[in-house]
Amino acid sequence: MFLQEATPDTSGYMIAGYAVAFLVMFFYVLSIYLRSRNLNQDLSLLEEMEKSAVQAEKTASVQAKKSPVPTGSVRKKAAKK
Amino acid sequence: MPARPTLLKILDGLAILMLAVATYFALVKAPTELVMGQVQRVFYFHIGTAWTALLGFLFASVLSVIYLITKNLKWDLYQVAAIEVSLVFFLITIMLGSIWAYPAWNTWWTWDPRLTTAAITELVYIAYFMLRQGIDDPDRRARFGAVYALLGGISAPITFFAIRLYRTIHPVVIAGTNPKAEGGFSMTPSMLTAMFVALIAFTVIFIDLYWNRIRLGNLQDKVEQLKLKVMV
Repeated sequence: MFLQEATPDTSGYMIAGYAVAFLVMFFYVLSIYLRSRNLNQDLSLLEEMEKSAVQAEKTASVQAKKSPVPTGSVRKKAAKK
Repeated sequence: MPARPTLLKILDGLAILMLAVATYFALVKAPTELVMGQVQRVFYFHIGTAWTALLGFLFASVLSVIYLITKNLKWDLYQVAAIEVSLVFFLITIMLGSIWAYPAWNTWWTWDPRLTTAAITELVYIAYFMLRQGIDDPDRRARFGAVYALLGGISAPITFFAIRLYRTIHPVVIAGTNPKAEGGFSMTPSMLTAMFVALIAFTVIFIDLYWNRIRLGNLQDKVEQLKLKVMV
């Protein structure tokens, strides 16, 4: 190649080089975007689960206050009646 | 995930703009090299990505030292982000070099000191991610990763100086001459301009991707923490 007098046509290699560089960068940016999207989906799902867990806990404590489990003396009175 | 900061949005735009400018300078502004022809134009991106990748690996070594001193996991996250982006950039460097080598050296690959050290560097950091995947405990993973990244960082200067220390056919285009080099060339002022534009462009792109990768890491941590909280 270096013994030739005319400049060789190496444009194909140049195009291949730039295509590779742009493709690798594109796929990396895409991977960041996809990973971020999936994590955001996971995050909203987990937040939803956390919210419903807190809600369930609250409901359970309110119900426990409204209808407490009868104590021994209450049970005896109920039995006498 | 918190909304993207305005500065990051500006940086995203600037990175795209700089990539376009660097491409314009490399493909249009820089003259065609007489001996190699158009393929020499891949040199600008080759240098730009190599520069940022090797600096990124060194930066990761500094971050691993900070982690080992402070034991704060945020430094581990910064280190992983730096290595991941550098790994991608260095992959581009190697692929562009190989594409340039075929018309210049008549082979896609040769076990020349520069090419060998570059391949070792890439493999060292691929192994870094494999090592991390094999450890479940976050503190242990961060500690092992930091020590590995610190030792792996040695490969970056070795790769850089390989063409200055050993007999090699790889050209030393910047600050040096190599009588054994095949495919070396002297740069005209417009070639130098294109090279510096590429260096600046890839530095900006690196910073932008690095910031985005850190945000992804933070999100990953948040999801992991919430997962533990919900599951317990």
